Amino acid sequence: MFYRENGQFKSSYREDQQILGIRQDRWFIFGLIAFAFLVVPFVASDYMFRAILIPFLIVSLAAIGLNLLVGYCGQISLGHAAFMAIGAYAAYNLVVRFPQLNFLLVLVLAGLIAAGVGILFGLPSLQIKGLYLGVATLAAQFFIDWVFARVKWFTNYSPSGSVSTAPIELFGYKFDSPVERYVLVLAVVIVFALMAKNLVRGHIGRSWMAMRDMDVAAEVIGIRPMYAKLSAFAVSAFYAGVAGALWGFVHLGSWEPAAFSINFSLNLLFMIIIGGMGSILGSFIGAAFIVLLPITLNQVLPPLGALVGMNFGTAMASHLEFMIFGALIIFFLIVEPLGIARLWAIGKEKLRLWPFPH
Amino acid sequence: MKLRISIAAAAVAAVTGALAPAGAAFAQAKEQFFPVLSYRTGAYAPNGVPFANGYVDYLKLINARDGGINGVKATWEECETGYATDRGVECYERLKGKGPTGATVVHTLSTGITFALTDKSFTDKIPIITAGYGRADSVDGQVFKWNFPLGGTYWGAADMLVQHIGKKEGGLDKLKGKKIALVYHDSPYGKEPIALLQERAKMHGYDLSLLPVTHPGVEQKATWLQIRQNRPDYVFLWGWGVMNSTAIKEAVAVGYPRDKMYGVWWAGAEPDVRPAGDGAKGYNALTFMAPAGIGKVHQDVIKFVHDKGQGTGPKNEVGEVLYNRGLVAAMMSVEGVKRAQTKYGKKPLKGEEVQWGLENLALDQKALAAIGFAGFADPISTSCVDHEGGSSARIHTWDGSKWVVGPDRYTADQQIIKPMIKASAAKYAQEKKIAVRDCAKELASSK
Repeated sequence: MFYRENGQFKSSYREDQQILGIRQDRWFIFGLIAFAFLVVPFVASDYMFRAILIPFLIVSLAAIGLNLLVGYCGQISLGHAAFMAIGAYAAYNLVVRFPQLNFLLVLVLAGLIAAGVGILFGLPSLQIKGLYLGVATLAAQFFIDWVFARVKWFTNYSPSGSVSTAPIELFGYKFDSPVERYVLVLAVVIVFALMAKNLVRGHIGRSWMAMRDMDVAAEVIGIRPMYAKLSAFAVSAFYAGVAGALWGFVHLGSWEPAAFSINFSLNLLFMIIIGGMGSILGSFIGAAFIVLLPITLNQVLPPLGALVGMNFGTAMASHLEFMIFGALIIFFLIVEPLGIARLWAIGKEKLRLWPFPH
Repeated sequence: MKLRISIAAAAVAAVTGALAPAGAAFAQAKEQFFPVLSYRTGAYAPNGVPFANGYVDYLKLINARDGGINGVKATWEECETGYATDRGVECYERLKGKGPTGATVVHTLSTGITFALTDKSFTDKIPIITAGYGRADSVDGQVFKWNFPLGGTYWGAADMLVQHIGKKEGGLDKLKGKKIALVYHDSPYGKEPIALLQERAKMHGYDLSLLPVTHPGVEQKATWLQIRQNRPDYVFLWGWGVMNSTAIKEAVAVGYPRDKMYGVWWAGAEPDVRPAGDGAKGYNALTFMAPAGIGKVHQDVIKFVHDKGQGTGPKNEVGEVLYNRGLVAAMMSVEGVKRAQTKYGKKPLKGEEVQWGLENLALDQKALAAIGFAGFADPISTSCVDHEGGSSARIHTWDGSKWVVGPDRYTADQQIIKPMIKASAAKYAQEKKIAVRDCAKELASSK
């Protein structure tokens, strides 16, 4: 009733090609962004910022990066946290060695360094596919973990192998409080998400999707596999690198190689599978699911248990958290194998017809 | 399996009791809130559970026996970190604002979480006690205003172990040419002692080999094959959780003599040696503050807490090594609050005020005896420059059924450690752009 495009006529190609073709969608997204920028900073608590919103946004960015590679180009990567680690350590080294650099520049440089490494580890994709490629990217994970744990130069010879970052400064302004950091991350994530969205709608994205759907056919119609695959690895690693740098500098503040372990890589993969492969929105939904659900369960379960007269402690809550979380993953995979983003799309289709389906 | 069931049962029993008082936290105002970051699940649970039980039991004792800290009731809430840094930070954020004055003081019980929270401490102004763990350089209170590695650091621990084997060999000069292997948890925790062991290696000419074990430490076959090949004269074990018992079992498997193995104080408790059965006999470890045993404070815990059905864990675990360490850790928090109360009054205090208390602790033997810790804690005397307050320990040996404490007491050699701390802390201050405090000036202005 409210959500339909009747009467919205497109009179130019420009209008026809915009990301959000329907006016209601546009309002909704602009409203959401305005809410995130103008309302959230004034109402959310420190806890919300530091434990929920900031990690959610940064992880979303990393998930977008992985989605570009796995969801759009069809190349599996089991070592994406390693590219985040590259970004984080690259940013750390840049800041330590060139303290006068602007933080935004550091972010981009860290992303570029990660992209370079991404291309390097993307090379096997030219020869091998599927699971075998997955195993090859696993090597990236372990190799990079090893490098940062063993080569002291990268951690600036810190005795415990853990690095700490300097406070973030931009144009002489210190990003100290959680609110400021949140706004910084939000701005970066929105810009990069928009870039990703445009990338996948354009020429490069279409060549990726062609590679994904059938590489032989793609080659026949004139898409160069090397260019398409390596560009996907590069862009994907770039996103991961930027996310890694943010994760280290904005969220953790100090970290060790274990912060970017194989678990993180697998979590990223779960995010895009649950959220929706080949969907930017899906990356956000998946990140929300994986980051927020365990924490929510952990906090909601004890009071819920108390309601029904069951009094269980932190250990029991933690066990239940794992069980329910696992069950929900399986549930969503069975109900909607294409991800929660697909549910959202179906919902929108239905809403367009509602209340008169025929 | 049996162990696991009993742990699970203990955990369930534990926290059902613990949650009850936390729920009523907001009703009264005269309360001091203690966040409890614990881990009762995961690979580190065997060690995390007794510590948490001890910590919570002591807070219960303070309320039941003394009616609170000088009339201010202690409240607390547990949060499960699973020893994971990100969850630890989340827990800290969740708990730091609770209670009438916010979190009083936080024990991270993980080196990774310590590193992460140290960064936040400068803005949050909540003291972090890392009794026997954490960053070694945080002894320097001029840089690390909010960190309190009370009673010892890993640099101190490594130093004492070298002193001990030097003594066994008949002098530190006899260590020349000896081979020492460090089997360590591959994390900031396990890597901390390396700097000091290398420094000492330069002085005494022993040969140090570093053998990292990846988290969680159940896979150590390759490490111990290396040990079998190299036959080091001594093995230092820097493990935590299941890694310790696995290491001892592997030592049995490759036939490495257990009496040549020395664990840090986090690798020297009952859950570490019991799974290895008889094989653990002869294994040594450092003690931290309290050895195993029952003292006055334990009798009080049993009388006021366990006999009332309020015990956090099983009663027969009261007096075990890690339980006692939990008690001592809670005692440090409470004594910090008590000391601060002498300056700021007997009311709920902010973290900032408790920081002063922790920085001016003066717990001598007499004071410790008065609170029931005679023989179960070492004197602590802190100042603005020294946040450690003394570091000494003994070696205890597992005889197959209990820990037997050795006669000698070792004190960390500050001549070696001090310059290292200064250098490391200065580097941190520079990296983080922290203004270094001037302790002499602060002291003068407070008078």
